[in-house]
Amino acid sequence: MDKVQMLQVLAASLFALGLTGVIIRRNVLVMLMCMELMLNGVNLSLVTFAHTMGSAVGAVLVFLIFVVATAEIAIAIPVVLLLVRRKRSLDIETYTDLKG
Amino acid sequence: MIRDLLANLDTLLLWGFAGCAFVSAALMLVLRQPMRVAMALVSCMVFLGGVYGLLGVHFIAAFQVLIYVGAVMVFMVYAIMLLDPRDESAGTSKYSKLYWPGLVGLTALAEALAVGYWNDLPHALRGAAGEPFDILRFSEAFLSEYWLHFELTSVLLVAAVVAAMAVIRENRRHERG
Repeated sequence: MDKVQMLQVLAASLFALGLTGVIIRRNVLVMLMCMELMLNGVNLSLVTFAHTMGSAVGAVLVFLIFVVATAEIAIAIPVVLLLVRRKRSLDIETYTDLKG
Repeated sequence: MIRDLLANLDTLLLWGFAGCAFVSAALMLVLRQPMRVAMALVSCMVFLGGVYGLLGVHFIAAFQVLIYVGAVMVFMVYAIMLLDPRDESAGTSKYSKLYWPGLVGLTALAEALAVGYWNDLPHALRGAAGEPFDILRFSEAFLSEYWLHFELTSVLLVAAVVAAMAVIRENRRHERG
């Protein structure tokens, strides 16, 4: 298997594993970490293509994704803290206030 | 034999780092304690940093370790240390009832592995290796062609900090009222 192909397969696998984790895990913090794993899969794909093409565009996008991930965590953690204060649980199935 | 190994050391290390990153990611679905999941994610990120380093994009490897592991995951570990003792769902199952949607993710994983194993890359990408770019070229591109994106990221970070403070203050007001 070619190096680029192997890295693309790894990137797709990381994204799929993160997606599976977001769906099947119940702990809110673990779900957040699985989202980070999905972002890492996307980053790896971008870096591999940027390396293959010799272009800096992919690296710029990766840097933007780093910033978005940092902003996402900066917002998500206080929200989770407040949710846990009210519900006394990290279980996603207890957060049913918005259920129709 | 040893010379052959040394000649292909980069490739061997790349495969090793990639394999370890995959195993660490898979462990995240299996481990029960959030702190262990966080450590698996940290090791996955460090191995990915190694992959980036071997690809020659050292500054992204440095960003990966400094920003992701040093900032995002440390913040996550603080949150786990703060919240974990309060988690009353620890005795229940670690998986949700969404088994069928979960199968979609596992199917996507199997498809990615199968396509990678049986299909070849397009001819244009196979074995291609463009001119490696360093921090100088990245910085020039970032601050000349993509200056608007650079400014937008600054705005996004400020907005995130303000939003986080607003969430905390709103909660305090709610508690007092």
